[in-house]
Amino acid sequence: MMLTLIDGERRHAIGAQFADGGVQVDPADVEAALGWKLAPEGLCRGSVCVPVRDRASLVRAGGLDLAALAALLDRPLALDAAERAAALGESAGDRANALHTLEAPDFTLPDLAGRMHTLSDHRGKKVLLIAYASW
Amino acid sequence: MPITVALDRADDVRPFIERSGATHPSLVDSDHRLAELYHISNVPTLIWIDERGRICRPHDAQFGTDTFAAYTGKQSGPYLEMLRRWVRDGTGALPADEVRRLSPAPTPETQLARAERALAWHLHQVGREAAAQRHFHRAGELAPLDWTIRRGSMPLLGENPFGPAFFELAKQGKTEYAMEAITPTRSAAKS
Repeated sequence: MMLTLIDGERRHAIGAQFADGGVQVDPADVEAALGWKLAPEGLCRGSVCVPVRDRASLVRAGGLDLAALAALLDRPLALDAAERAAALGESAGDRANALHTLEAPDFTLPDLAGRMHTLSDHRGKKVLLIAYASW
Repeated sequence: MPITVALDRADDVRPFIERSGATHPSLVDSDHRLAELYHISNVPTLIWIDERGRICRPHDAQFGTDTFAAYTGKQSGPYLEMLRRWVRDGTGALPADEVRRLSPAPTPETQLARAERALAWHLHQVGREAAAQRHFHRAGELAPLDWTIRRGSMPLLGENPFGPAFFELAKQGKTEYAMEAITPTRSAAKS
């Protein structure tokens, strides 16, 4: 079966097995989607490795346990096994560190005509960023 | 350079953008990407970014007109004057430590709430309304004062964001803004 994994703006289809309310995901699909791969030194992406102290709770018969994977990456996980969909949020620590630099986080968003605009294209000018809504 | 970002569905803000005739970038962020990146929990909020791309005044609830002044207690004049001075003379930017001190910090709960909201929005888009509703509610329980989640999901739940559901929400407490303490409001408007 497939799981839709939401990661920021991206949606990934990932091979998954569902058991006891939990989800085990295909390691190769995880690597393709998120870049993280299980190696002898731990869970690695490029030259960065996160140690895996409790390998048995991460590596299950049906693949990698998604909740254990999210916990290792310090990322919040919203999961709906019945809907076969999950969202990986951003780590509070990572966001706090990013905001601490005071560097305005860059983004690319569409206007009504679908044209994309990127904040950093306006570097060199003062920018007044206004978030609002109709609600 | 003003850049506006609507945490909204395109069709809900289209009339506002079209009526304004805006020539600056008027962007639509249905995924609430901006809320995640800047840790925004209510609108309107305004952020100053300097020429080097650094935040020099963290998010702050301000209004360009006095339409809601009776409700918010905030008049637009003092803020607009401060904004003009920043553009003209570069004054009004805050020291780095002050910006950091005034910026609310993400927590594991607020981050899980945003993940639940992202899942809910996805389920809504693929037509799984009952499941979407469960996750919008779960997100709201995790971040009860985050109005981008609670009020922002009202139109998606078939509730009126200016109706009883909103007044119930407003009774539960105030959302956190960085600048509440130091920005001129009605009481300081004369200076």
